[in-house]
Amino acid sequence: MARAATTTDAFNAIAEPRRRQIVDALSGGERPVNDLVRALGLNQPQVSKHLRVLREVGVVDVRDEGRQRLYRLNGRALKPIHDWVKSYEQTWSERFDELDVVLQELKEKEEGDGSDG
Amino acid sequence: MAVTGSQTATVTLPTDEQILITREFDAPKQLVWQAFTTPELVRRWWSAKRGEMTIADIDLRVGGKWRYVMVTEDGMEVGFHGEYREVVPGERIVSTETYEGVPPEVSEEDATTINTASFEEADGRTTLTILVQAGSKETRDAIVASGMEDGLQDALDLLEEVAVSLR
Repeated sequence: MARAATTTDAFNAIAEPRRRQIVDALSGGERPVNDLVRALGLNQPQVSKHLRVLREVGVVDVRDEGRQRLYRLNGRALKPIHDWVKSYEQTWSERFDELDVVLQELKEKEEGDGSDG
Repeated sequence: MAVTGSQTATVTLPTDEQILITREFDAPKQLVWQAFTTPELVRRWWSAKRGEMTIADIDLRVGGKWRYVMVTEDGMEVGFHGEYREVVPGERIVSTETYEGVPPEVSEEDATTINTASFEEADGRTTLTILVQAGSKETRDAIVASGMEDGLQDALDLLEEVAVSLR
C-alpha cells in the first residue's frame, strides 16, 4: 500500500505525536533547540530530525541568533489544518443551534407545567 | 422565533484517533438529555438543516440499536447506525456509530467509531461533550474531512435565506 511521505504536507508532518508536541511547545512563542530538547525529554538528534520535517513542510521557521538556533511556528502552514477542523466544527455548531431551539421550547413547556402545579 | 446568540461547538483532536466536540447549552441536563434521546426531538435538530430526517430510531438500552437517516436536498441518503454500549440516564451514553455511506472496500470496522456523550450541569447550564474514538487515524481524518462540503453548504445557506424571507 502506498503511504504518503511525512514530508508531503503539514497534515502528514504533524501526524507524528512527537512533532505535535513540538508544535504545542512552540505555540507559546519562539524557542531554542535546547529548550525543546528539555521540554520533550528526547535527545537532540531526535528533536533535530523532527524539526527538519516540520521545516520542510513550512510548519516551523528557524533563525540563527548568535550560537543559538531559534524555532518558531509558521501560522500560515497550519491554516489548512485549522480550516479542516473548522469546517467540521461548523456542522456541529449548526446542529447544536437547532438543538438550542428545541431546548428553548422544552424549557418554556416545563415552566408552563410548573406554574400549573 | 429562533433562539439567537448561538455559540460555536468546539472541536479538538486530542489524539490521532479521537475527535472531541464540546458545547454548552442554556438548559438543565435532563432537558438536553431529553432532546438528545427522543426521536421526535432528534428529528428536529440532528440534520442541521442539511436535509430532512426520515428515520430516527432509538432503542436506548445496553445492546439496543439506533439508526438515523436523513435525505439531503439533492436526494442523497445519509445514514448512520449503531448500538448502545452504556446508558446512564441523564449522564452518559456510550454507543457505536457506523457511517453507511462508506465505499464497499472499507470494512464495517473501519467505518465504525465509539462515541461517548457526557452531560454535565452547572448553574442550570449543561455542557455536552462527545468523544469520538475511531479505530485509526485514517478513519478519524475521513470523519473530520466529511464536514468539508462547501458546495452543499452554500446551497443550503441560500435556501435558508429564501425560507426566512417567506416567513
